[in-house]
Amino acid sequence: MIKCKECGSEIVLPNDVVENEIIDCEACGIELEVVSLDPLEVDLAPEEQEDWGE
Amino acid sequence: MSRHTAAIVGSSGYTGGELLRLLLSHSGIDVVAVTSRKRAKRPVARIHPNLRDITRLKFIDPVDLPEVDVLFLALPHGAAMENIHEYMSRSKLVIDLSSDFRLNDSSSYVTYYGQKHPDPDLLEQFVYGLPELHRETIREARLIAIPGCTATGAILPIKPIVEALRVNLIVVDAKVGSSAAGAGVNMSTHHPERSGVVRSYKPSGHRHLAEMQQELNSNGSISFNFSPHAVEMVRGIQSTIHIFLEDDYEEKEIWQIYLQAYREEPFVRLVKERGGIYRFPEPKMVMGTNLCEIGFEKDEKTGRLVIMSAIDNLMKGAAGQAVQCMNLALGFEETEGLNVVGYHPV
Repeated sequence: MIKCKECGSEIVLPNDVVENEIIDCEACGIELEVVSLDPLEVDLAPEEQEDWGE
Repeated sequence: MSRHTAAIVGSSGYTGGELLRLLLSHSGIDVVAVTSRKRAKRPVARIHPNLRDITRLKFIDPVDLPEVDVLFLALPHGAAMENIHEYMSRSKLVIDLSSDFRLNDSSSYVTYYGQKHPDPDLLEQFVYGLPELHRETIREARLIAIPGCTATGAILPIKPIVEALRVNLIVVDAKVGSSAAGAGVNMSTHHPERSGVVRSYKPSGHRHLAEMQQELNSNGSISFNFSPHAVEMVRGIQSTIHIFLEDDYEEKEIWQIYLQAYREEPFVRLVKERGGIYRFPEPKMVMGTNLCEIGFEKDEKTGRLVIMSAIDNLMKGAAGQAVQCMNLALGFEETEGLNVVGYHPV
């Protein structure tokens, strides 16, 4: 069990999860990256950057 | 599923047409009459051409209105209250889409509408038809007042916040499509005048503010402000809501407040994404649907909570919400006739 970095909801990871796997938070829909298995840690998955300057 | 008869009074306008579009494809409703004094005896599809070959109904004069199981009133402000007892005699369930019975306090009609309400005792019998706030009351209601479109776009995103956190100041800035002004024409709706505008038409004291105050700020403890603008859209309302809170907070708290309030709601969609073009609510994405999209962001420098909402003013802001309320009051599935997926691109 781990908490979503975006919304704080609990996430159950599959048993066979691997490092760098991208998973979705079912509550808020954000993509998270499994950055470490021991200890288990997730972070916000990297996003393609766009230039929003207008 | 048992079937029910329905009629629409004032069905030549945009909300009346939208109601008809929804009701004609509803599995439990037979639309038996649609009225228009001005267009009596003319085919409905002449005014609502999207309904060609879908219905052969003709408008009838309101005096010929039959008794029905559910009666919708899609009339301009002031018209429903004039004949409400007549309408109540024609149906056990009356759903009014105008502002005539939305406010509990009759004095608000003087303040915001500049007139005394002719039937103040009836106000307490009407239920404010916002299912996300008053679902159980609507199930039992026989008189329902559908909220204003800009009020819906503000109340849904703000309600969970004012219930959970201490709020000092709220400023709602709404961008409103032209169909919200109705099918009537005047100089401000004339194409050369309307096209391309970002027109601030009521920076303070807008009528829908009364509903927002009633549902969100009944004790008056919050400084509540609303400023709408007419913009270059036919359908849609985009509200940007600036909220200043008493205490510091984290975005995660806001997420949890919204998830708790709306995770199970069929017509509320939380939108806050980190990538893509549409990272926050967008009227184009809800066009033709009964959805209200809600998104937010914390301004880390000032603490301001910026909330965005998007609705289709004719759907969640009027006809869609009315059908949702009817479904509850008649015992249908709440989503019956409203399972529309939006278009992309539009």
